[in-house]
Amino acid sequence: MNSQIAAILTIDGIASGAIYVLIAIGFVLIFAVTRIIFVPFGDVTAFTALTLASLEGKQLPGTIGMVAVLAALATLMEIFGLWRADELKRIPRALFFYLVLPLAPAAVIWLTSGTLLPAAARIVLTVAVILPIAPLLNRIVYRPIADSTVLVLLIVSVALHFALSGLGLLFFGPEGVRTESLIDYTAIIAGTPVSGQAMLIVASAIFFSFLLYLFFNYTLYGKALYATSINRTGARLMGIRPQQSGTIAFLVGSLMAAASGILIAPVNTIFYDSGFIIGLKAFVGAIIGGMVSFPVTAIGSAFVGILESFAAFLSSQFKEVIVFSVLIPVLLWRSYTLVHAEEEDDE
Amino acid sequence: MSPRTVTTVGALATLALLTAPLFLAPFTVTLLNYIGVYSFVALGLVLLTGTAGMVSFGQASFMGVAAYATAWTTSVMGYSPWLGLLLALVATCTVAAILGAVTLRLGGHFLSLSTIAWGLALYFSFGNIPGLGAHDGISKVPAVSIFGHELVESGQIFYLIWGMLLLAMLLIRNLLDSRVGRALRALRGGNALVESFGVNAMQIRLATFVVAALLTAISGWLYAHLNRFVSPTPFDVTASIIFLMMAMIGGSGYLLGAVVGATLITLLKNYIQDLLPLIAPGASGQLEIVVFATLFIVFLQHARNGIIPFIAQWIPEPVRGRPEQAGPLPRQAKPATGTKLMSIDAINRRFGGLVAVNDVSFDVHAGEILALIGPNGAGKTTMFNMITGALPPSGGRVTFAEKNITGARAFRIADAGVARTFQHAKLRPKMTLLDNVLLGAYGRTKAGFFSGALRLDRAEERRARHEAMKQLDRVGLGDRPYELAGNLPLGNQRLLEIARALAADPILLVLDEPAAGLRRQEKLALADLLRTLRQEGQTILLVEHDMDFVMGLVNRIVVMDFGCKLCEGTPETVRADTRVQEAYLGGVA
Repeated sequence: MNSQIAAILTIDGIASGAIYVLIAIGFVLIFAVTRIIFVPFGDVTAFTALTLASLEGKQLPGTIGMVAVLAALATLMEIFGLWRADELKRIPRALFFYLVLPLAPAAVIWLTSGTLLPAAARIVLTVAVILPIAPLLNRIVYRPIADSTVLVLLIVSVALHFALSGLGLLFFGPEGVRTESLIDYTAIIAGTPVSGQAMLIVASAIFFSFLLYLFFNYTLYGKALYATSINRTGARLMGIRPQQSGTIAFLVGSLMAAASGILIAPVNTIFYDSGFIIGLKAFVGAIIGGMVSFPVTAIGSAFVGILESFAAFLSSQFKEVIVFSVLIPVLLWRSYTLVHAEEEDDE
Repeated sequence: MSPRTVTTVGALATLALLTAPLFLAPFTVTLLNYIGVYSFVALGLVLLTGTAGMVSFGQASFMGVAAYATAWTTSVMGYSPWLGLLLALVATCTVAAILGAVTLRLGGHFLSLSTIAWGLALYFSFGNIPGLGAHDGISKVPAVSIFGHELVESGQIFYLIWGMLLLAMLLIRNLLDSRVGRALRALRGGNALVESFGVNAMQIRLATFVVAALLTAISGWLYAHLNRFVSPTPFDVTASIIFLMMAMIGGSGYLLGAVVGATLITLLKNYIQDLLPLIAPGASGQLEIVVFATLFIVFLQHARNGIIPFIAQWIPEPVRGRPEQAGPLPRQAKPATGTKLMSIDAINRRFGGLVAVNDVSFDVHAGEILALIGPNGAGKTTMFNMITGALPPSGGRVTFAEKNITGARAFRIADAGVARTFQHAKLRPKMTLLDNVLLGAYGRTKAGFFSGALRLDRAEERRARHEAMKQLDRVGLGDRPYELAGNLPLGNQRLLEIARALAADPILLVLDEPAAGLRRQEKLALADLLRTLRQEGQTILLVEHDMDFVMGLVNRIVVMDFGCKLCEGTPETVRADTRVQEAYLGGVA
């Protein structure tokens, strides 16, 4: 390996690392606010890529069916809950938030199917149709057991991932997709070619991280979320509703996942089940950040990306083995540096 | 159901199992074989997850390590399957010990997530090592032979699988009922408690992790020689979550739950595989996992306890007599009354800029009751935590029985002869009173994993039970030793904690606000108990808020305020001290 190859690998690694940054930040955000380790996060990324590819191919994306099923389930659960609590007056509101709002983007896609929309419209529609998935899953799967221990929530998350990837095959089929490049531009920096796509990915990661920073520091919802992540009970006593902050966390997290899906679609071939591995690599980054620190998470994710790129060069077969094995020394280091409160469960 | 019905049902079930191959179709026997194989993994998870509270998503990969080890030994190298078993056990044990040593320190969800990562790493390795057949796997794995008889037919290996399974269940049952097993059951809910009576929690966790992996290794070995073919697919993360589902649906704290869960899931899987192609031809493989995952989520939402606890409510509690008379456990040498037992020398503790304890020194003499008092925020609890090893001091020195114990880990200090209680009573609510007190005797007994599983510990166990019963009687809780600790009211919970501490035969008994939350009568009874203990030569250090309780009871008092020692002396001198009055009342009236 000469320095030229090393430079190319590093740039490649930073680009895929930037994608992991987006997912990892979403992981940390959702975990901090809801204590849910949202394993299916990577699936959301993969579904975004698949949806975008369907729109490019003038096909009806499977996402529509998936959102419709989830929205119907969530609406039924919500109406049943309101009926039992004898609050029938709130049913129209529930219908709007759980049925109309999630299905609106799906309806637009359905109506415009067969025509090739401009690239920007495709991206906006893809993000809009993907956004409701995670909050709806939160309503259906997690809210009934919101007070369980982190471990029970984690087991549910892993099970949910398998349910989703199975559904992914059903709705999207087994073919892998790769979308058109967003930018056809290659710069030569210090003798090394840097693709416009890579630059776009890194720029987006920085942009979204900055957006999140603004959200946390300058908006009331952001501050409420931040408060919840630091002290759940305290936030609740201050009148911050945990259900609402949970939904917002899932929405913001989904935005990050959707962005990463849009960005990864032109660089990697994505299959219905690619999300798990992508999500886990981002998770390695999140663990480096101790699941709490956003900046360290970003550095950790970039490190995972670079490592992956070098590992792929050295031995493409053992790429995944190398990346996941690195988690072990990282954990060892973390176990000595991380002071984590012992979770006292009541058996 | 009467106890007799239960015995009859058990006997009939065993008989039915033994004769099953004689009248069942070979296909059903094969199904039973797989149920037995999967039960081993579920059994390991019952131990790991249900009992010790560690969730692993990597069990299938351990099963894979064992299956590949034996397939390689027999099919590739041509040695006997029994050598394969040995290699399978050694390989799995080594991998588990290394992974456990690295990841178990983390605990909680970090541990579980890392199991996914190394589970995947192992899975990808199986599929990429050419010597192991890469993605094609290893075929032509020979059958196991016993005394020259090859167990080729499903009705033959059936007896090997179920015989080994019943043996494993028996050993695990024994283990859970032993000294180490009690510590293992107490792990759930945090390390602070188990370390306070001398258990090295990390060591027990690691050993449990390896035992669970060994059970999984046996499963992998049997799987390889039952299936006669090994490939990476059955050992992916999907398989791991199905195993977890087996253990949890059966009832994750119950050994029988492993078999019930494995049976149910295997039958269900079989049924779904028959049904799905009719409903959705083409997509059935993936729909299967969707169905399982959905069922698992619904189960976790609505019926998390599982099947066995649901049935168990109709099964009568076995009638257990009081523990029989037995000889005493070894006792520690106690220093002569009046000699210096513990000395605290200029100890201090800072939390960032805050000085919680500032150069405090005092001595505890053998045979006295010494109280540490002070208003809220005086630093009493910090002091207490430094003495018992829950918190390392920033400076200073603690000497106990002429040993320097400054900054030692909690279980080391417990080993040296300090037993403690907790401000918020820490008990294991689902264990009996007797088991809770037996935990205290951990440091005075020796039986390990092997002697526990093989029942070589019975003589020592009888002595320990007798001792525990004695301590229960002493604090006045001896009438119902098999009651669950969670059913006790607060006052009795504190007494139970004291009984547990006494079972350790401590040189120094340290009590953290023992009278807090007690009613007046209970306080008087507690004071009487402590007086009796002092008469027997027991040294006691107590941290307390309640002045009335302290004044009539203790020999000497150390008063703290704002992290410093204010004064020290008999109750009378302390009461007369104007600085103390000022600290408590905000000024001298």
